[in-house]
This record gives sequence, C-alpha cells and structure tokens, in this order.
Amino acid sequence: MENNAIEITGLRVVRGHKEVLHDLSLTVPRGAVVGLLGPSGGGKSTLMRSIVGAQIVADGDVKIFGLDAGTPPLRHRVGYVTQAPSVYGDLTVRQNLSYFGALVGADADNVTHTISSVGLADQADQVVDTLSGGQRSRVSLAAAILGHPDLLVLDEPTVGLDPALRDDLWKLFRHFADQGTTILVSSHVMDEATRCDRLLFLREGRILADGTLEEITQDTGTTDAESAFLALARRGEAA
Amino acid sequence: MNARLTAATARRVLLQLRADKRTIAMLIVLPMLLLTLLWWLFGDTIDPMTQAPMFDPLGARLMGLFPMLLMFIITSVATLRERTSGTMERLMASPMRRGDVVLGYAMAFGLVAAVQGTLLTLYSVYVLSLDVQGPVWALVLIIVLDALLGTALGLAASSLARTEFQAVQMMPVVLLPQLLIAGLFMAREDMPDVLYWISTVLPLSYAIDAINDILADNAAGIWPEVLILIGFIAGSLILGVTTLRRRTP
Repeated sequence: MENNAIEITGLRVVRGHKEVLHDLSLTVPRGAVVGLLGPSGGGKSTLMRSIVGAQIVADGDVKIFGLDAGTPPLRHRVGYVTQAPSVYGDLTVRQNLSYFGALVGADADNVTHTISSVGLADQADQVVDTLSGGQRSRVSLAAAILGHPDLLVLDEPTVGLDPALRDDLWKLFRHFADQGTTILVSSHVMDEATRCDRLLFLREGRILADGTLEEITQDTGTTDAESAFLALARRGEAA
Repeated sequence: MNARLTAATARRVLLQLRADKRTIAMLIVLPMLLLTLLWWLFGDTIDPMTQAPMFDPLGARLMGLFPMLLMFIITSVATLRERTSGTMERLMASPMRRGDVVLGYAMAFGLVAAVQGTLLTLYSVYVLSLDVQGPVWALVLIIVLDALLGTALGLAASSLARTEFQAVQMMPVVLLPQLLIAGLFMAREDMPDVLYWISTVLPLSYAIDAINDILADNAAGIWPEVLILIGFIAGSLILGVTTLRRRTP
C-alpha cells in the first residue's frame, strides 16, 4: 500500500494559451484532511480537476493511490464535488441521489442514510431547484459521498453556508477522515485552515507552502494562516 | 458498457422529462399542429402538373422532418444542460462509461420519439385524411426512424461541440442543408450532379426516398432505405460516444 493518496510531479496545465499551473509537485498523505487554500484564480479548481482526471494536462504526472488520475479503477474510489452544485435541478433530492447511487452501487438504505447525514431528511422529496443554495450544495456533496470513496475532492464546499452548517460539514469531513477517507478540500477562507491536518497554499499556479499549520506559521514567524499566507506571498514577490 | 448504468440513465432522463409537462406536450402536440396547419393551408388544392392533391405528398414528406427537428433540438439541449450544470463532469468522473451516457439518453428519447412518430402518423392518416398509397405501418416505421435519427444526430452534434455556443449552432449546420437538398423541394434526380452526390450522404434523403416509395405504393422498396437509416442512427450514436470528452481544457 502506498502511503500517499495523491502524488503530483511536474504538473503543468495550460488553459486558453495561458499556463495556469506551473511545474507543480505535491503529495497528499492517506487519511488526512488537506486544505487547499488560496485566492480565487490561483488554480485551485484546475488542480482539483487534474486530480479527478477531468482536466487536459500539458505535462507532468498525477498519481492517485499509485494509479494515473482518471483511469477506470479510480472512478469508484474518487468522489468529486465541483464548485457549482452539479446535480439535476429538475429532480428531487432522492431522485438525484438514487441515480448517482446507482452509478456507484449504493442501495436505497445508503441513499436515505446519506440524505440525513447532510441534514436534508426533511427535504428528501423536494425538487432541487426549490432548495436554497446551501441545501443544493449539500445535495451535491451527498452525491459524492454515496459510494464511500477513498479520496474525496471538494471544491469550496462550505462557501456561503451559515456558520452552524459549516461546522456540521467540517465535523462530517472529520468523520469520513477517521474512517480512512483522504479529503482534499479547497477554500479561500483562511480561517478554515485550523480544521485541516495539512495545508497547501496555492497562489498564481504555484505552491507557496505545504505542511501543517504549525509548521507554516513557525516558518513564517506568524500566528495564523492569513498572515502566514501574506508573508509567503511577499517573500515570493521579493525573490 | 453496463446495462444497469444505461438503464439507470434512461430512467433518470425520463424522470426529468416527466417533471417537464410542457416539453412533453410540445413534443407530442407540436408536430400534429404543424401538419394541421399544412392541411389547412392546402385544403383540396390540386397540383396542376400531376392533377393529384398537393397535401398528401407534401404532408407525408414533411412528417419526416418535424419529429427529426424537434428530437434533435430537445436532445442537444438536454445534453447541453448536462454539461453546463456540471453533471456531465461528475458522470465522467464516475464509473459510468461514455457509452452508458449516450445509450441511456438514446433509449429515453428513443421511447419518446417512437410515441411521437406513431401518434403523428396515425393523426395525419386518420384525422387529417392524409392519403398515402402504401401501407400505414410502413409510414409509421419511417417516421419513427426519423425521430430516432434526430435524437442520434442531436447526441452526436452536442458531443462534437466543445462549448455550449457551438452546440447550439449545430442545429442549423446539421439540419438546414438537409432540409434544402434531401428531396423535399426538388426530386434528387433532378438536382445538379454535385448536389445530388452531397444528398446521398445526408440521412434525411433516405427518409424522403422511403416516403416516396410509400407514396408510390411500393412498400417493398423501403427496406434498403430502412437499413441505411438504421446505419446512420448507429453511426451517429457511435460518433456521440467516441467524441464525448472525459477531459476538457
């Protein structure tokens, strides 16, 4: 068994004649909750798309559990939640999840259980388009966790949620991680750094830092993620 | 390919359609209304060249066009929505094979196409008294194949497109040339040679040829055209599968 869920070496991605990821290398250890932090436009979504195999990459190697990203054996093992809720707005919550469940072999019990684990039991038979934005993104999250994937890639899952709900979701992520699921979660909210085991700072297509919050703050002589990021960004510009 | 995943997809697409009553009404009723309009327009007008009623041949040939056009639009818009909503990206990252997605859509819309084509033909023949010389079942067969062809072409066209904008443009690109040179306005034999040869690679030409056979009470003559139409449907579906992109820029 490999110790790393994700191993990326020399990843370059070009979108519309512009290189958005520059020679990126990183590893994500198994079973960890890893926060991918950085401003929007920094390449977080592109990196995540490369990891799930949805992105055309120009160069480099992306290995997930030792296999090339996006290859068939991985599709059972990787759950992916895009930034915009990618579910069918004209179907009910249950119809959506029954369909996505069928793709990964989850039965009706699993569907019902997953619906309540994201706090949507009361909305199970409601059409998704009639739900609030936060509820919709939880349907999208539920669709990704149905098959109990080994790696969960979550693109800004907590954006725009009320703080209590955000707290619930982070607890849910932690619960999955305790069961051995590796979680890569992106955010542009720096205070979510304290929720993660490890952090990746991504800015302008380059990794600024890769380590625990403690390591990064110590290295930069700061006390929180926000100022550490700022210090690293300035350091990069000075060099 | 996985029959269970294909069936799950077909079921999901039908559930979505069921939730959209207006689209169902449009799919079933609109072709009938258009044929009624044509019937009203021509009434008992006689073609001065052939001394036969004008509505019968024109109605029969246009009947092949309406279901194809509608199914093409509905199918390409539905798959388009699948891309813009991000659900296609999710499906492509799942264990689903590309063939399961395309075939699931083809099955769901194929069912709708079959219902639409059958009702339209029966309505035209028994309510509008459209008089084809050949058997009604042959006409039903060709119209249903036309509708299926529209679905298959819609799937192929929308997966060939890289962006939503391109996908919408596929409709005039794929359908309008066929409308002009497939034999609706002029018999294919009378066309300039180059146009005739182009028309031989357009599927609608064979649908019109088959309808002409039926109008000439030559039902036995439709089989080559039926085979060619099935070939075009299969070819478009295969194109739809092979051009669906798992990775996008």
